[in-house]
Amino acid sequence: MIKLTNIRKAYNQGQHNEFWALNGIDLDIEANKVTALSGPSGSGKSTLLSIVGCMARPTSGRVQLAGRDISGLPERFLTDIRRSTFGFIFQQYNLIKGLSARDNVMLPAYPLGGDWRALHERADMLLDTFKLGHRCHAPVEWLSGGEQQRVAIARALINDPLVVIADEPTANLDTVLSREFLSILESLKQQGKTILLSSHDSLVVESSVVDRVVRLRDGHLPEAAE
Amino acid sequence: MKTWIGKQQALIDFTLSSLSRRKLKNFGLLLVYALIVFLLASVMLFTHALRREAALVLKNTPEVIVQRMVAGRHDLIPPGYIEKLGRIRGVQHIEGRLWGYFYDPVVRANYTFMAPTAGTINEIQIADSEIVIGAAVARERGLEHGNLISFRSYTGKLFVFTVASVLPHDAELVSADLVLLNPADYRAFFGIPADHYTDIALSVANPQEVRNIAAKLSETLPDARLILREEVLRTYESIFNWREGIVLVLLSGSILAFAIFAWEKASGLSAEEKREIGILKAIGWETGDVLKMKFWEGALVSLTAFLLGYVAAYWHVFHFSTALFEPVLKGWSVLYPRFELVPVVDGFQVATLFFFTVFPYTVATIVPIWRAAITDPDAVMRG
Repeated sequence: MIKLTNIRKAYNQGQHNEFWALNGIDLDIEANKVTALSGPSGSGKSTLLSIVGCMARPTSGRVQLAGRDISGLPERFLTDIRRSTFGFIFQQYNLIKGLSARDNVMLPAYPLGGDWRALHERADMLLDTFKLGHRCHAPVEWLSGGEQQRVAIARALINDPLVVIADEPTANLDTVLSREFLSILESLKQQGKTILLSSHDSLVVESSVVDRVVRLRDGHLPEAAE
Repeated sequence: MKTWIGKQQALIDFTLSSLSRRKLKNFGLLLVYALIVFLLASVMLFTHALRREAALVLKNTPEVIVQRMVAGRHDLIPPGYIEKLGRIRGVQHIEGRLWGYFYDPVVRANYTFMAPTAGTINEIQIADSEIVIGAAVARERGLEHGNLISFRSYTGKLFVFTVASVLPHDAELVSADLVLLNPADYRAFFGIPADHYTDIALSVANPQEVRNIAAKLSETLPDARLILREEVLRTYESIFNWREGIVLVLLSGSILAFAIFAWEKASGLSAEEKREIGILKAIGWETGDVLKMKFWEGALVSLTAFLLGYVAAYWHVFHFSTALFEPVLKGWSVLYPRFELVPVVDGFQVATLFFFTVFPYTVATIVPIWRAAITDPDAVMRG
């Protein structure tokens, strides 16, 4: 579904603090599977997720989505692909404080200008799915860590994306909540979503939900384990 | 189109939720903003209505007033002077007028004494030893119909008058300080001999000919000063402009303070706001969407403030007689006229005020966002 060819990514290129986060990554990410990127901090996991999710362009190399090369597209098109194809779950959840859980969930759909009532219904349905229906009007900062993560997951799903990208999703969760997250992941997989996540949490990496673990070190893929 | 409307609706909805998060701060801003609009709009509405009122009043005044000058000073019109004017073609009606000022030490105010002439708002018959007074005079001296009042003339002689009536309230703008008496009483009070007048009022058959007639009058009467109605109108205009300017200068300090405050509020992006913009971009908002959202934020705040301020100013001017600016804008030192202006709103003036209040704030909200909005969406991922 997603094919990466010789992806390289530099930050501060040409400056004294130039840093190469990725050094020639070749990777195929299969549809309807859970792929985990694993590796120590600074290995390039988040950078790779950014590139796959059209948040950043590679310095060189090609990204193909369903056979279409998207690495050279202008920002406007990348944004369009990003919001229609990908849903993001961030490590720090990145919810907007002061807004209710429902408002946060609806955020990615605002620029699409769809039917207002349908959007509200969909947001409520997602919050119900994640057992947050009773908290839909609560400001997100009033929610517990687990609840906040479920709001973040609902937000990632509001535009019904094909691919869900999760960056260190269990980094701030205890074991019980991490297992809960894995069960949500399982249900998403059953719904036919393609999931790409980064984690160095053994609970996630060794979970049966994960179909494939890709290990990264210093921006390289030293090996790939099935 | 439907999508576009849906999108704007969604952005406005988000903006309202976003604004409601900092209720106290935004409400404070709205209040100060509305106050500034209120002050500016009050001055503009009031002076505009006053100018219009003055123009309406002057519509019925004579086209030309002739004053005689001696050594550069206004002097009485001597006998035989009026007859000379009758020979000029185009002059329809000539009338000698009697009026002057009288200082009343009791209330420390100047009154305008006048013998009514035909064709003015004061065209009334007044009996001997009777006066008709303006509403402000009546108020200050506590007078009403049938009361007696005495004035000591400039010759030192005491004159006693009976108040025949008080001029109606709706004419107060021009009659507040007026004391009307018949010509014989006027002459006796000020010691003006018969056949002498204060000045002469002329009406002209064809208003287009006023300037030609004025030129002829200047030739016939080289010692005369001619005052044309159109010039009086222009003078009023400039007086009100000047007063408006004075108030605006006085207000400029507070306007400047607000401008700095609003600019700081609108343009200064907090770390939290920058983070939020990053999140929005990461979850699929375009730079343009962020800018539109900020545009709505600026527009909603400034439009609400504009409407609140303008409506309050309308009430202040047309229902509460501009109570705040009375001393500066109305201009009477002691006898303030009490009157209600006819509500009049000038579209151009509204547009000017709108442009100078709503537009800068909205721009100030958007421009600095631009830099934050063009940051890479992956900043959130890396942060």
